[in-house]
Amino acid sequence: MSEKKTGAQAFEIKVGLAEQMKGGVIMDVTTPEQAKIAEDSGAAAVMALERVPSDIRKDGGVARMCSIAVIEGIQKCVSIPVMAKVRIGHFAEASVLDALGVDFIDESEVLTPADEAHHVDKHGFRSPFVCGARNLGEALRRIAEGAAMIRTKGEAGSGNIVEAVRHLRQVNGDIRALSALRSEELATRAKELGAPVELVRHVAEHGKLPVPNFAAGGIATPADAALCMSLGAEAVFVGSGIFKSEDPEKRARAVVHATTHWQEPEEVLAASRDLGDAMPGLELDQLADHERFAERGW
Amino acid sequence: MGSPLVGILAIQGDFEAHGRALERLGARTRRVLRDSEIAELDALVLPGGESTTISKGIERLSLWEPLREFAASGRPLLGTCAGAILLSRRAESPGTEHDPVPTLGVLDAVAARNAYGTQVDSFKSRVDPGAAAGLEGFECTFIRAPVLTELGPEVEVLARVEGRPVLVRQQNVWASCFHPELGLDGRVQRLWLGL
Repeated sequence: MSEKKTGAQAFEIKVGLAEQMKGGVIMDVTTPEQAKIAEDSGAAAVMALERVPSDIRKDGGVARMCSIAVIEGIQKCVSIPVMAKVRIGHFAEASVLDALGVDFIDESEVLTPADEAHHVDKHGFRSPFVCGARNLGEALRRIAEGAAMIRTKGEAGSGNIVEAVRHLRQVNGDIRALSALRSEELATRAKELGAPVELVRHVAEHGKLPVPNFAAGGIATPADAALCMSLGAEAVFVGSGIFKSEDPEKRARAVVHATTHWQEPEEVLAASRDLGDAMPGLELDQLADHERFAERGW
Repeated sequence: MGSPLVGILAIQGDFEAHGRALERLGARTRRVLRDSEIAELDALVLPGGESTTISKGIERLSLWEPLREFAASGRPLLGTCAGAILLSRRAESPGTEHDPVPTLGVLDAVAARNAYGTQVDSFKSRVDPGAAAGLEGFECTFIRAPVLTELGPEVEVLARVEGRPVLVRQQNVWASCFHPELGLDGRVQRLWLGL
């Protein structure tokens, strides 16, 4: 309708879209058919990828950005925002997705990292970015690089919520602890966190991150979603949890329901009935260090 | 009225940003999900978010009729972005294979969804000269925004951007294609609530 716009997008516009996704569920999908099921079930956005994290785990090999044909097929069939993942540090993959007009780019530890030292400088893109974080320092480093949304890393593809809970508690606990510090102590804390002092001051003043804070990595049931929301997540990502379960459509609806009604136990109960089997879960003690996605990035 | 009690439909979307913006103006706010909660309100916001997602929630919670009754009651009702789409008489997605979204039909206009494109085409712009008194120079944030077309005779245009209506009202029902809840300029909500 308007002429094609170019150049970096204003940060407020990027964060503005993240605000619109609050209270919603963002679902991993690998085909247009799955994207349609996700949309019909009430997903607030879909994440296009070639293999869901549990399959990446199982198959091994290098996991890359999704094929363009799959992303375009998904963009064509749903009206909700379409996100896609790039490898950590792979700014050329990010440029491709930006040119394709995806609504959000996830610089994700689930894919095989392209750069072990540097994340993408995210300011220069038109698409907003979401990045994973395990603690406040990591979250603020990503925001300083231009991320417009933070999510927990959790442990993707595990069906085990323990890491997402750990990361949510850590980020929110770190935020609460800032409120007790004096001004000069915030500077020292910024140094310890490895984060810019301006951002640390902003968080101390407002009691929250300057961008939305979502949960991801290991959510497999409606109660998992309600748990994350109770711990301060503002929306949830569900990866393998939907399409690796026995009845994806039913489970997708149930997770959406529980995310809206997380404060009402009887609604979470209703959402939890007759769902069939959840995805198989992994005991994380049995994962070798190199199999832990959350350890990727810094 | 003293400090009005403004409900914000909290199925999905930027209900938190709406709450912050309204509280800055001195309104009391409440997130609502139920018919019984809606009945007590002085005013109601349908926030931005995903219109498909929110419409499915409205269906599941059987809120179509209660929301239409709220509009008919004459109390102030504001829909922003996805909320504006839901107020319209019909929502379209021109040139796509996307499923239609059911609407409340309380605003005599057609909403073209994602009319500007995807997020990379989102933008900010000031309202055109000639906006309603009090809204001069307002900077609007459009995010995957709809365009309102085929306005009925009872629909008053309060502001335009690039000639297109972006803030309209039909009596007590207000619709905004942009997001007055993002940013610190509270003039749209102030005008809407008569504060």
